[in-house]
Amino acid sequence: MREDDFLSITDLSAGYGATRVFDALNLGIGRGEFVALLGSSGCGKTTLLRSIAGFVQPSAGRITVAGRDVTALPPDRRGMALVFQSYALWPHMTVAQNIGYGLKLKGLPRAEIARRVGELEDLLGLAGLGQRKPLALSGGQRQRVALGRALAIDPQILLLDEPLSNLDARIRLKVRHDITALQKRLGITAVHVTHDREEAMVMADRIVIMNAGRIAQQGTPQEVYNRPASPFVAAFMGAENMLELSGSVGAGQVMIDAGPDNCRAVLSLDGRTLTNGAFEVRFRAEAAELLDDGPRGETLTDALELAGHVEAASYPGGAWRHSVRVGQSELLVDAPRPFERGAAVRVRIPAEKLFLFNADVASRPQTNSLHVGHKAHVLEASET
Amino acid sequence: MSILSTSAPRLSGIGLDLWWIPRAAVLGLLAFVIFGPLANLALWAVAERWYFPHALPLDYGFSYWARVFSPRGNAMESLANSVFVAMLTVIVATALAIPAGYALARLKLPFRAVILLAFLIPQAFPNLPVYVNVARLFYQIGLNGTIAGVVLVHVTHGLVYAVWITTAAFAAVDEELEQAARSVGASALRAFRDVTLPLAAPGLLASAIFVFLESLDEFTGSYFVGAPDVNLLPLLLYTSSAGGNYQVASITALLLLIPSIAFMLVVERFLKSDVLSKVGH
Repeated sequence: MREDDFLSITDLSAGYGATRVFDALNLGIGRGEFVALLGSSGCGKTTLLRSIAGFVQPSAGRITVAGRDVTALPPDRRGMALVFQSYALWPHMTVAQNIGYGLKLKGLPRAEIARRVGELEDLLGLAGLGQRKPLALSGGQRQRVALGRALAIDPQILLLDEPLSNLDARIRLKVRHDITALQKRLGITAVHVTHDREEAMVMADRIVIMNAGRIAQQGTPQEVYNRPASPFVAAFMGAENMLELSGSVGAGQVMIDAGPDNCRAVLSLDGRTLTNGAFEVRFRAEAAELLDDGPRGETLTDALELAGHVEAASYPGGAWRHSVRVGQSELLVDAPRPFERGAAVRVRIPAEKLFLFNADVASRPQTNSLHVGHKAHVLEASET
Repeated sequence: MSILSTSAPRLSGIGLDLWWIPRAAVLGLLAFVIFGPLANLALWAVAERWYFPHALPLDYGFSYWARVFSPRGNAMESLANSVFVAMLTVIVATALAIPAGYALARLKLPFRAVILLAFLIPQAFPNLPVYVNVARLFYQIGLNGTIAGVVLVHVTHGLVYAVWITTAAFAAVDEELEQAARSVGASALRAFRDVTLPLAAPGLLASAIFVFLESLDEFTGSYFVGAPDVNLLPLLLYTSSAGGNYQVASITALLLLIPSIAFMLVVERFLKSDVLSKVGH
């Protein structure tokens, strides 16, 4: 927790009835920062956002904005604006009335409201639509009206509850950039809830990955992508290929023992926190290289090689995706050219793209007793 | 091939035509059952002289209308009373139903179903013994024979419709619409006024009309609590038809029919299926 946090959440607990959604959660968000709360459904990200907005009353803890405690304040007195997943536009009001409603509440003169609404309409590409009703708009236009309505009141903090999930894939890509550009231009602090990894990567300054009511990891998109702190984060960020290997640690290096499908590998430790024993090895399909089978060396440095054979290949675009069987595991590996079905191959993963964790459940720092084992993690991650 | 394919639908077309005979018979019978009595009513309203064994009235005319609407006739007074009582009933019932319906729609109340059913109790028991006792009670506290007493009886009677329909109307307004208003700075009351109330208005209107009609039609309670001091239209209908004056009875009945038809049109126009599907849930 930093001193200069603009929005800070301290030991916050919330839930519905007897079920706790999250417990003693801490999070700090700086002024002007764009933070994405990323997680699969049921991880507590929406409840956290609604607690910040004031629609869920936390059972314990504090929420402060610029040093002011807002925990007990009603939603309308928090200086925040929430953009709903459903947009929640008022069907009985026109676009201009929807956007101008917050200004009307502030008691601004009618001419001033019209001017501000006009500005926002221009800014959001809604010019000329002011007299339409929301039902006469397309999904993308509705989304922008919802955004305009939230921005009109000049909120200190903009809260976004999966605002893009109801949009077509193509519009979504454009709106992502529109929202971040606007947020940077206006200098608003934004908290964005999403289950879409790519969306969080593209939009956020900082990603907070949540799992079962806890923060699994937070950091810049590069950090969480390249340095996942736990098997869960690695899997969630796309490193779904998983193997169990054993090895030892010493002198700034990791030694992976030779196994039935791999030779010994020596990798630099590179800041990983590991202890001797069983490792959970994870990597992305595109991180690995697929090679023809060749003579197996004694020791390999700065890469891990696995021997297996191709079970299937498909072309999702860009590269050929192969399903490769290595021992008991099935791995997905990309290659620029297709390999034949049944071909014996080597899967080579460079050290910097290999995620290693201690497989021992007890030593995992992020594991919590409430949650299920890693099989469920993989399933959750693959849902997204 | 083309000949075959064109002749096939023609055959089935004939089949359909034949099917229309029993259908038309059933529909005709249904129409007679529904509209027969109404036609009789309409005939009686314009009949000057009509007696057995004649199938149709002997003379037609509007002299009974003139009598009903004459300044000395008590039909106008009854009509004015009925409308006044019905309007008061609507005001009181709606004032009670809006907060009750909102609470039932929004709050997670325990025994919600039981509360909704409780409003049905006044309808569940036989009217006659209930109103006889109500009349006795009202007599003791001086409410018998007053407009207030009749309104009170009609409110308890109409509240079940008011609360059920109002609850459904509020439940059909997405809670997020209200939260969106809160989020941009509206107080709870302001959000209710600016968002929830306008969006629930068609349902509330339907509920008000329903209560209005219930009050206009209500007989038993009006008879025991109101008569003979408060004269209402159904009481006039009763006394005139009991006295063999079918013309006055028919004209009164037609007067009562007008708001019902207007109501059907309003319901058809305003009450959307999303509200109707939530009635009683």
